[in-house]
Amino acid sequence: MRTVFKTSYDADIDLFKHGAQRNWYILLLVAALLLPFVLSEFALGEMTNLLIWSIACMGLMLLVGQTGQPSLGHAAFLAVGCYANVLLQERLGLPFILSFPLAGLIAGVAGALIARPMTRLHGVYLAIGTLALAILTDDLIVLATPLTNGVMGLFAPDIQIFGYGFNRYGNPIRLYLLILAITVAVVLVYRNIQRSPLGRSFAAIRDSEISAQAMGVNVARTKAIAFGISAGITGLAGALIGHYAGIFNNETFNVILSIQLLLAVVIGGLGTIHGAFFGAAVVALLPQAIAISRDLLGKVMGGGTIAIPGLEAAVFGAILIAFILFEPQGIYGRWFKIRTFFELFPFYRRDMFRRQKSYLKTERMR
Amino acid sequence: MDVLQLLVSGLANGCVYGLVAMGFVLIYKATEAVNFAQGDFMMLGAFICLGLTNPQFMGLPFWVSVPVAIAIMGVFGYALDLVVLRRMSGQSQIAVIILTIALGFVLRFVAGLIWGHEPISLASPIAGKDIRLGGVVLGMDEIMVIGVTLAMTIALYFYFNRTKLGVAMQASSQNQLAAYYMGIPVKRIQSLIWALAGMVAAVAGILFASKGSIDPSIGLLGIKSFAAAVIGGFGSLPGALLGGVIVGLIEPFASRYIAAGYAQIMPYLLLFVILIFRPHGILAQVHQKKV
Repeated sequence: MRTVFKTSYDADIDLFKHGAQRNWYILLLVAALLLPFVLSEFALGEMTNLLIWSIACMGLMLLVGQTGQPSLGHAAFLAVGCYANVLLQERLGLPFILSFPLAGLIAGVAGALIARPMTRLHGVYLAIGTLALAILTDDLIVLATPLTNGVMGLFAPDIQIFGYGFNRYGNPIRLYLLILAITVAVVLVYRNIQRSPLGRSFAAIRDSEISAQAMGVNVARTKAIAFGISAGITGLAGALIGHYAGIFNNETFNVILSIQLLLAVVIGGLGTIHGAFFGAAVVALLPQAIAISRDLLGKVMGGGTIAIPGLEAAVFGAILIAFILFEPQGIYGRWFKIRTFFELFPFYRRDMFRRQKSYLKTERMR
Repeated sequence: MDVLQLLVSGLANGCVYGLVAMGFVLIYKATEAVNFAQGDFMMLGAFICLGLTNPQFMGLPFWVSVPVAIAIMGVFGYALDLVVLRRMSGQSQIAVIILTIALGFVLRFVAGLIWGHEPISLASPIAGKDIRLGGVVLGMDEIMVIGVTLAMTIALYFYFNRTKLGVAMQASSQNQLAAYYMGIPVKRIQSLIWALAGMVAAVAGILFASKGSIDPSIGLLGIKSFAAAVIGGFGSLPGALLGGVIVGLIEPFASRYIAAGYAQIMPYLLLFVILIFRPHGILAQVHQKKV
C-alpha cells in the first residue's frame, strides 16, 4: 500500500496518482506499440477490432458510468458517425483527416439534440426511449435510401492520410497504429473531462440529481452535454467500424448492437476507463473464443464442427448474468479487489467491499 | 367493411401486446423492477403449451395442456425470483434491466435448442374457425383473444385494488421496510408477483400462438409491448391494455394508409411524442418527489 503525500490541492486531480502508476501506463503503451511485432496479422486485426470497440465503450461509459444515464440506443450514434464519415468522403470529397472529426461532431450534435427531450426522462423511461431510438435507426436508414443506399449498404473507401493508405488487409500494422493513436487520444480526452468541473458535475448527477441541482449544477444542460460528448465519441468509433468492416448497411446497426454495447460496459465495470477496455475485450474476442472452443470440441468429439445458432448471444448473456449476480462491479471491480488483497496483504477482509443494505422506496403514491 | 376487419385484427393484436405489457406493469408495480424478458416469457409459455399439445411432441389434449403450461410458467417465475432476482434487491434498476435482457438471450437460445428455429403453429381447436356477422368475417381466435384479455384485465385490476394480497403487493413496492413492519412477507410477495407475471405471459403466449405460427424470436415483440406500456402509463394495468390496443390499432391502419417504410415506425413515433409531452403515459400515476 502506497500512501501519497499530497502537498497541493492540485494533487487531487493529477492525471496519475503517483509516479509508479505513470510508469506502469507508459509500460502498457510501449507493450501496445510492440504488439505488431509479436502478433500474427489475424490476431492484430482482432486487436484493432478490440480498440475500436473500446472507443465505442468509452463513449457509452461516459454516459452510463459517469453520468448515470442508461442508454440502450447507442448504435444510433455509431450509425450516424459511420454514415457521416463515408458520405463526407464520397459526396463532398473531404479527406479522412477532416471527415473523421466532422463525423464525431455530427454524431455529437445529433446526440445533444436528442438529449433535450430524452433527459427529462428517468431510469426506466430513459432506457425505453433510447431503445425506441435504436429500433428507429434501422428503419430510418432504410427510409433515407437516396443518402444511405438503404439495404444495399455503402462501401467505405480506404483511409488516406497525406498519401499514406490504411487498409485492414493491405497494411494491418499501419491501421492498428492509427487506431491505437486515436484510442490514446480519446482516453486522454476522457480522463481530462473526468478531472474538469464538467466531469465532477457528471458524477454529481449520477449520484443524486437533486443534490447536484442544490449544488448549482444545471442538470438538464449537463445531461445534454454528457449525451453530446458520449454520442460524439461513439460516432468516432462508428466511423472506424465503417472503415474496418469495409461494407455496412442498416443491419450493421441493429438493436442487438446497442444492447451489446451496454452489456459490454457493465461487464467491464461501470464508471472506469479500464472497464471500457475490459468490456470491449469480452465483446470483441468472445465470438473468436467460442469459434475456437467449438472447433476444439468438434475435434475431441470426433465429428466435424457443431453449429448451434444463437450460442454466442446465450454465452454472452450467461456471462453477464453471472457478473451482475456475483460481481456487480464488473471485471474492473474484481481486479481492484485482487489488487487490494495483495497491497494490504494480511489485512484484507471480505467485508471491505460489502454493499450497504438498502430498502426499496418509490415515489409512486398509488 | 374493410375498416371493421382491420379494427378487429388490430384489436386482437393489441390485446396480446396489452397482455405482455401487463406483465411488465405487474412486476413494476410490485417490485419497481422492469422485466425486459417479458416478451421471452411469452415465447416460452407459448412453446411449452405447443410442446404439450402438438402431436409431434407430447400430444396432450389442448384444454389439458393450457392450464399445465400456465402452471409451469408460474412455477418458473417463482423459481426465477427465488434463485436469481432475490439477490438483486437493493441494486439499481439498471442492473435489473440488464440482467433481464441477458436472461432473454438465454431463454431464446434454450427455446431454440428444444423446439428449433423453424416457425411452428400450435394445434389449437380455435384456430381457423370463423364467425360471420352480416358481411363481416371475424376469426374465432381473434374474438377469443379479445375476450380473454378483457376478462384478465378486469380480474387483475380488482385483484390489485380489492384483495388483501394485491394491496400487500402494492405496499411492498412503495416502502419495503414499512411493509416488513406491517407483517407483510415481502420476499414471498415478490416471488408471487413473478409467478403471476409468468402466468400472464403464458396466457399471452398461448393466445398469440393460436393466431399464427411462432418461433423463438417472437419474444422481440416485447419491445412493442414496452412502447404500449409506456404509452398507456407504466404502472397502470388498464393503461397497459389501453396502450396495447392503441399500438395494435395503429399498425394495421398505418400499413394500409401510409407509405410502406413509414408504417412500421409509427408506434415508436407515438412513443416519442408521449414521452416528450406526457412522460408518465396517458393514465399516469400520482408521483411525489422526495430527496
